[in-house]
Amino acid sequence: MSTFHNVVVVGGGGAGLRAAIAVAEANPRLTVAVVSKVYPMRSHTVSAEGGAAAVAGPDDSLEEHLYDTISGGDWLVDQDAAEAFVQEAPRELLRLEHWGCPWSRQRDGRIAVRAFGGMKKKRTWFAADKTGFHMLHTLFQTTLSNPDVVRYDEWFVTSLLVDDGQVYGVVAIELATGRVETVIANAVILCTGGCGRVFPFTTNANIKTGDGMALAYRAGAPLKDMEFVQYHPTGLPFTGILITEAARAEGGWLLNKDGYRYLQDYDLGTPTPHPVLRSMELGPRDRLSQAFVHEHDKGRTTDTPYGPIVHLDLRHLGAEVIDAKLPFVRELCSKYENIDPVKELIPVRPVVHYMMGGVHTDIHGATSLTGLYAAGEVACVSINGANRLGSNSLPECLVFGARAGQAAAEFVTSTRTAPGAAVYAQARDAQRLLEREFARHAEGSHIGGRERIADIRTEMQTAMENGAGIYRDGESLAKAADRLRDLRERFGRATVDDRSRTFNTEAVALLELSFMLDVAESIVVSALHRGESRGAHQRTDFPGRDDERFLAHSLVRRTPDGGGLVDYMPVKITQWPPGERVYGR
Amino acid sequence: MADTITMQVARYRPGQEAEPVFQSYDVPLRKEWAVLDGLNHIKDHVDGTLSYRWSCRMGICGSCGMTVNGSPVLSCATFLTDYAPGPVRVEPLRNFPVVRDLVVDIGDFMAKLPSVKPWLIRDDEPPEGEYLQTPDELDDYKKFSMCINCMLCYSACPVYALDPAFVGPAAIALAQRYNLDSRDEGAADRRDVLSSAEGVWACTFVGECSTACPKGVDPAGAIQRYKLTAATHALKDFLLPRGAR
Ligand SMILES: Cc1cc2nc3c(=O)[nH]c(=O)nc-3n(C[C@H](O)[C@H](O)[C@H](O)COP(=O)(O)OP(=O)(O)OC[C@H]3O[C@@H](n4cnc5c(N)ncnc54)[C@H](O)[C@@H]3O)c2cc1C
Ligand code: SF4
Ligand code: FES
Repeated sequence: MSTFHNVVVVGGGGAGLRAAIAVAEANPRLTVAVVSKVYPMRSHTVSAEGGAAAVAGPDDSLEEHLYDTISGGDWLVDQDAAEAFVQEAPRELLRLEHWGCPWSRQRDGRIAVRAFGGMKKKRTWFAADKTGFHMLHTLFQTTLSNPDVVRYDEWFVTSLLVDDGQVYGVVAIELATGRVETVIANAVILCTGGCGRVFPFTTNANIKTGDGMALAYRAGAPLKDMEFVQYHPTGLPFTGILITEAARAEGGWLLNKDGYRYLQDYDLGTPTPHPVLRSMELGPRDRLSQAFVHEHDKGRTTDTPYGPIVHLDLRHLGAEVIDAKLPFVRELCSKYENIDPVKELIPVRPVVHYMMGGVHTDIHGATSLTGLYAAGEVACVSINGANRLGSNSLPECLVFGARAGQAAAEFVTSTRTAPGAAVYAQARDAQRLLEREFARHAEGSHIGGRERIADIRTEMQTAMENGAGIYRDGESLAKAADRLRDLRERFGRATVDDRSRTFNTEAVALLELSFMLDVAESIVVSALHRGESRGAHQRTDFPGRDDERFLAHSLVRRTPDGGGLVDYMPVKITQWPPGERVYGR
Repeated sequence: MADTITMQVARYRPGQEAEPVFQSYDVPLRKEWAVLDGLNHIKDHVDGTLSYRWSCRMGICGSCGMTVNGSPVLSCATFLTDYAPGPVRVEPLRNFPVVRDLVVDIGDFMAKLPSVKPWLIRDDEPPEGEYLQTPDELDDYKKFSMCINCMLCYSACPVYALDPAFVGPAAIALAQRYNLDSRDEGAADRRDVLSSAEGVWACTFVGECSTACPKGVDPAGAIQRYKLTAATHALKDFLLPRGAR
């Protein structure tokens, strides 16, 4: 069966819902669908805690937000994109306020803002420490008021329909029934989020498997800056649950095993009792996560069954501040670590958190394929460069979700190219192929041996951690590339024991693993090619930044044999030539 | 502490089982493991066919509600050691049709949700800047805005069990979340549904929903509070002629 909508948005997180609203607003005559593998309000945006950055107060300026973003990204940021971003972010957050988002307030009723890492001014809007949750539910509830937005909840997209370089829709499995369906469209917007699950220890939810990146990559669109993976310095051991940067913004300290604020040893400033912006614990995430590795090498971290840790100390903030500003942190610590941060130290370690890279787009969210757009964490515009600043990502979802929605609506309105017979034929083929896959597994006929999905997945994650972690080098990356090649071969023998069509989560896990293997390969090959250290990409064999050769975005394209071909495109610099990144002085 | 615990998991595959059966699995018993970690262990290493929903594993996405030893809980925020020495009985949420294994069909809630208009309603254009709202005004509705749509309250609700037409705890709490928001002017639009027979008046105030809620939303409180509002409106309707209201 197939249905038709003018625009199909894949993903119902912050970016996807914002994009869908933008399409409906841009041209009410267009039909728009949101296809999502989970109910939209379950999307990973729901987990974001700390806040969303946008210039708010009279003491702040767009220029300063722009500079923080560019220097934070180690000058790999496209400055025209960042300009659009800082300019439109305040309006977007305000729109969310008008839609009912329960932003935390000052006493007089105006929006409150808090400090955040790498930001020179207080400009992070927050809804206590459940910002993403409130933003997502506000967006979701707002879309409920709009009957023009049609939802396909719990539909898993398996591929894009492409004809002659133009994208015309998606193939998807309706999970409840296992039926293979196609949704034909004039334009598709990918808003499928990040890919943290490619690594073993991550803050990312189970659904963050890089599907959209792989979908675009397979359809021929290049991925940009995939070597830049952000580690957040403060995850809880074992679970990887995030302790938001807001904890440090409110005044939390990072202590090594001797109770020493070790960041002072890493050119991040001198310790003061009260937080100082762009200094110490409020430095950028790449630098803080790297400092942890050095502390570990010096033997100044504490060993636990779940790896080495340092401590986050919030005790001096007191119960009142913690309950007012960080209630979720207290809840998570008590639930998952059985400790009370009012009285005890929180064990933390760096954890994979965010993908700076993604599907290459222009500042309107357009990818290299006609009719295909992307926004949110799946995309790389790029405003994040080599290191995203905390609280820039939620507003990015809104600003570029809206831009992609508008651009797609304009494209559809002005061109109206209808999908031809080839698209429908392709849709039928894709359906038949998937049906056959299902049938093959149902018969239990597997060619040679059996491989468990979970085993391949775990080995892929270990290969990524060992080869492409906080610090990498040519050798570790080459080894990871080899491992991935082996795993891909073994993937061919992976089996699905589940023969049912109804809510077959094992088939989903198999498809997600195949997406993740593509994404992992694109990360490793991009990292191998970048012979310098910049932001979150630290090569021990190339310790310095090399603007001469690498002040450029990497673009990786898939080759017919499944490998990745890397080349580069220039970074857009409008007003800030590359400089030194200075924190704490 | 023993090093394993038995999980008895309800299995139901349409076409395969006529009705749910229990299947037992021994899983490692570790201090940090949530019930969900036990299920993931089964799925990854023992039996790939077990189906359930999960995503954030930090108690915020609302996917992983299940009935564990008879009570509705979030399986990612409930720990195996709390049930030692076991067995731990894991079943789908009650009061919903079972799609498969531990997966239930929440389509009924998703269909009801828009009927209470859980979005900000205003006639006028929004201001240049933000609507002002003091911290106290925020506190008036904050608790009701914490709902993660996990459906534990519906699973616990004896009224919903008997009368599936009941709008239900979370949807009413979300309506109140907007009714009590100083920026909202839509209370009148929500009145018909809320004060209908299937709205607040269906509730006999058992309070099970608030006990089950993992996020402190207190839907029972929302319902009680609305009953007062609705009673006042009914009285006004009775005493005042139409134009004077
Ligand atoms: C724990 C945590 C805390 C964070 N805190 C902050 C913060 O304080 N501030 C900040 O700015 N950023 C924060 N971030 C980052 C930010 O939350 C994310 O980058 C952002 O929410 C991503 O939103 P998105 O809309 O791009 O994707 P998501 O919200 O991840 O949504 C992806 C959507 O795509 C759908 N999808 C994916 N694959 C498929 C498929 N194959 N078929 C169909 N649908 C599919 C999913 O169902 C989902 O609806 C945080 C991230 C984490 C992990
Ligand atoms: S009110 Fe509580 S129990 Fe009910 S759906 Fe919301 S969060 Fe879950
Ligand atoms: S997995 Fe998200 S609430 Fe449990």
